[in-house]
Amino acid sequence: MVRLWRSTVGKKAVMAVSGAGLLLYVIAHMLANLKIFFGARSLDGYGHWLRELAAPVFGYEGVVWIARAGLLACVLLHMTTAIQLARRARAARPIGYRHRRPVQGSYSARTMRWGGVLIALFVVYHVLDITAGVVNPNGVPGQDYRNVTASFGRWYVAVFYMLAVTALGFHIRHGMWSAFQSLGISTAKRRRALRAIALGVAVVITAGFLSVPIAVLTGVLT
Amino acid sequence: MRLTLRIWRQRGTSDAGELVTYPMDDVSPDMSFLEMLDVLNEELILRGEEPVAFDHDCREGICGMCGLMINGVAHGPERATTACQLHMRHFADGDTVTIEPWRARPFPVVRDLVVDRSAFDRIIESGGYISAPTGSAPDAHAVPVPKPDADTAFEAAACIGCGACVAACPNGSAMLFTAAKATHLGLLPQGQPERYSRAEAMVRTHDELGFGGCTNTGECTAVCPKGIPLDTIGRLNSDLLRGALRS
Repeated sequence: MVRLWRSTVGKKAVMAVSGAGLLLYVIAHMLANLKIFFGARSLDGYGHWLRELAAPVFGYEGVVWIARAGLLACVLLHMTTAIQLARRARAARPIGYRHRRPVQGSYSARTMRWGGVLIALFVVYHVLDITAGVVNPNGVPGQDYRNVTASFGRWYVAVFYMLAVTALGFHIRHGMWSAFQSLGISTAKRRRALRAIALGVAVVITAGFLSVPIAVLTGVLT
Repeated sequence: MRLTLRIWRQRGTSDAGELVTYPMDDVSPDMSFLEMLDVLNEELILRGEEPVAFDHDCREGICGMCGLMINGVAHGPERATTACQLHMRHFADGDTVTIEPWRARPFPVVRDLVVDRSAFDRIIESGGYISAPTGSAPDAHAVPVPKPDADTAFEAAACIGCGACVAACPNGSAMLFTAAKATHLGLLPQGQPERYSRAEAMVRTHDELGFGGCTNTGECTAVCPKGIPLDTIGRLNSDLLRGALRS
């Protein structure tokens, strides 16, 4: 296991698995967000239900905290391996080319590192805004609908959010397929299908996330 | 054809080096890229200047010696073509052509455009072989090999070890080279006993030599003169992870 962790292939496998965990969460999160279109009661009720989930076993908010711990572990593993691999890559080419032209790498593949940084910064703000309510204009726990609409009522927050979820879409587009390749699941036969699936998932997730701030900005949600 | 060449000149490994501009007045479109450099070197020798050092050998695209970064693309603008098989007709009159050596820490510049690619030999030494008892050659059909496996193994075995994959990789990774050998041997019956230990040993050596990790951008396979597919890297990853889970 230690040897695997030391190898670049092992680190990519860790990135793939932790990324898969985060992707599953992001899909669930996006679908849950859509509850906002069914009204305040639907969204706030979902938040309440989530906190009471398996409460007799884990206590109130128990499942939520277990999920948060898992997500934090995934984020730490994903970022640690990403930074280590980026440092290795930089060390592997101490003298760069004077004239360099990318031939193949897609935009999403080239922006994985800085896109990841942008997403990480956004997540910090997002947690302070919606989860903790510290920087939220409403910031009342349990009033998820009002917190979200109050936050997106400021156009610059909505724009930052839309920028971040677009970056997330690009990240998923390369990252999801790349994870299959890193784990050795992608083969010549499956590659085309896996790339198409990754693109589809990225587009659906981005569109789902974009729908909420757009609805607030256009006055569909108030 | 008139061309303006900007060529990386570096006296030795410890020299800083710089791009030097050389105007070329009479380039034939039928010349190969290396023949064009030969003509430049003849002119430089006549002027009493030091000729440009560059690697070359077979000049028919099968040895893997020539390797030049031409206008920022390994082996130049033509796909699946080595620099020696690239002809000047693919350039336009008046073009400026920048020529640089492969750039990677494990590939130190020896002089001008020549780099030391011994790092590839270290990777091969660590597992790019099969341990077989020597003796007379076995009959060709003594060990049956399924045709699709033979084809895929042959495709990977076409690697000439030129280093273009490393040169083009944004991470300076030699994963395509390593994976080509692991795929070539790992698909054939003779390569099975050492399949997992080979993947582990070759990747370990690859990492120790200072090559970067793969980020699946596919730059390597786009410039590979032999068109080694990206799937080989997936196969190497699979062998390495499966080997680790088994032990």
